[in-house]
Amino acid sequence: MNETRYLPRTALGLLIEAIQDGGYRVIGPRPEIGQGGLAFREISGVEDLPQGVVDHQSPGRYRLEGSGSARNFSWANTASAIKPYVFAPREKLWRVVRKEGRLSFESMQHELQKTAILGVRACDLAALAIQDAHFLEATYRDPYYKARREKLLLVAVNCSHAAATCFCASTGDGPEVVSGFDILLDELDEGFLLRTGTTRGAVIVADLPCEPASSEQIRQAWDQLQHCREQQRALPPASELAGFADKLDDPRWAEIAERCLACGNCTAVCPTCFCHREFDSPALDGVSTERWRDADSCFNADHSYIAGQIVHPGTRERYRQWMTHKLLSWTEQYGRTGCTGCGRCITWCPAGIDFAEEANIILAKKGAAT
Amino acid sequence: MISDNPYLPWEAEIVERTQETPDIFTWKLRLTDPEVARHYRFRHGQFNMLYLFGVGDVAISVMSGDEEFLWHTIRAVGRVTRAMMELPVGACIGLRGPYGNAWPLEQAKGRDVVFVTAGLGCAPVTSSVKYVIAHRQEYGRLVIMQSVRHRHEGLWEPQYDAWRSLPDTQVLLTASRDKTRWPNWELGRVSVLLDKADYDKQNCVVMMCGPDAMMQDTASTIAALGVPAQDIYLSLERNMQCAIGHCGHCQLGGSFVCKDGPVFAWPQVEAAMSVKGF
Repeated sequence: MNETRYLPRTALGLLIEAIQDGGYRVIGPRPEIGQGGLAFREISGVEDLPQGVVDHQSPGRYRLEGSGSARNFSWANTASAIKPYVFAPREKLWRVVRKEGRLSFESMQHELQKTAILGVRACDLAALAIQDAHFLEATYRDPYYKARREKLLLVAVNCSHAAATCFCASTGDGPEVVSGFDILLDELDEGFLLRTGTTRGAVIVADLPCEPASSEQIRQAWDQLQHCREQQRALPPASELAGFADKLDDPRWAEIAERCLACGNCTAVCPTCFCHREFDSPALDGVSTERWRDADSCFNADHSYIAGQIVHPGTRERYRQWMTHKLLSWTEQYGRTGCTGCGRCITWCPAGIDFAEEANIILAKKGAAT
Repeated sequence: MISDNPYLPWEAEIVERTQETPDIFTWKLRLTDPEVARHYRFRHGQFNMLYLFGVGDVAISVMSGDEEFLWHTIRAVGRVTRAMMELPVGACIGLRGPYGNAWPLEQAKGRDVVFVTAGLGCAPVTSSVKYVIAHRQEYGRLVIMQSVRHRHEGLWEPQYDAWRSLPDTQVLLTASRDKTRWPNWELGRVSVLLDKADYDKQNCVVMMCGPDAMMQDTASTIAALGVPAQDIYLSLERNMQCAIGHCGHCQLGGSFVCKDGPVFAWPQVEAAMSVKGF
């Protein structure tokens, strides 16, 4: 099952068709019209994929530029992660009907379509494992996440270039995909190396016109992955992150808060952020109401609201919550950090706050700054 | 029917309601589905999510309960609870739970038991006080301290009087903003009661519920008086929406207060609570 085969570029469309024939809708990277970025959206075929496009990312900046190559996956990562296809940003939880004073609650039955995501990166898969730990493997299991997760087919593509904002090598989550995929591709100029990780992945690719991969092709793929390991940013080593416990009163939090707009973009694009709020959406006739949840952000004032008090009253406290949750308390909760080094929080911060750099600055200062 | 969806409430009927003070009321509730009622068992210190049709839900600790009924005491302080106060007897709400951990009543056996509460913090310990009284021979001295701003805001004074008359039991009440000193009442905050409380500092369990600042001050004070920090317990209040450790609002450091708490031993939360705004 794990032998590496070669799929010519001309057969990529056949792979997509084979997935569709398996009953899946296919989600892939798609240029966002008028937005200048890539996002995971439904695609009907190869023609919807970006081609010859490279992303240039830096704090607060994302630009796609043409490279002239025939490659479809020559970008580092998309604007939004695959998170919305598992942890939906808006989900209907249940419905209640009031009749003659009595309430009857109905769980929402989700008729979900099987969904394949093409172009998933190592950081995305690592983040998915983190969300699985939260929504599926903790004390309670989330039925909505579970329903979507079970319908998911993951077609990963190893990175061939790292953006300036990437730091997955330092978190240990990339750039190489090692697990969690159904099908794994490495993109070369003329085609793809193809491996499968599960039986259902193997079934889908069974009839594709693959050839055995040559050692030269395997070496090329290895070389481009090696190249991706050279990244411009790095988090401090995991062994040092416990140091945040002594940095909770560091003056740097206030300095960051001077720049931070508390807009929550970082939490929206973060592939591991799981916070959500629940709310009612009552029908106007007063007879029924629906219970929904929306993705929430720890940068919102009401995120920590309790009667008469906001536990995290200002941007300083909220940025501190965001960073120390990712890098300190997540490890207490789930045995690893909540950051896979995708760098989206850096790119999509309108103030260009550099998460990795700030973490290094705060931890590098010696002694508690109280 | 018991659903496998942890978000789905059950219907509960308000069987009785008591207006305790102008803004505090107590509901006696009955789960209307007999199968749900039969399976529902709470431990002292746990909470339920109470849901008002079309408005929303709130985390409220179980004040008391028996085989048939549940009691919740609620202050009308926010959007949901103010609307809840308008509901008449016979109205139905949604209820799901119980959630969270419980007071260490087993661990407290053979020791003195000390309750320190402020304001409506008295409600989450009520069922535990009743339990200790019902199993009086298994515990040492019982000390109950309650602090309010004004005596007229205090709840259940006749009950405190009844508890005061029990053997080996001390009930201390204080009003921090009253001018008049009433019989059996002190003037001042919880700290004035701590001096008068008589219990074995080396062999007790302290259970506290009130505002964070009050619990932090009290924990530090009684730890300094010689009570081992691990014998001091606090019940915390945070924003709770899912109550099952998913929504993220209640986090305090690495703890989800809803499922890892709401009851914590002081050493578990001392560091996090001592950082302002954390």
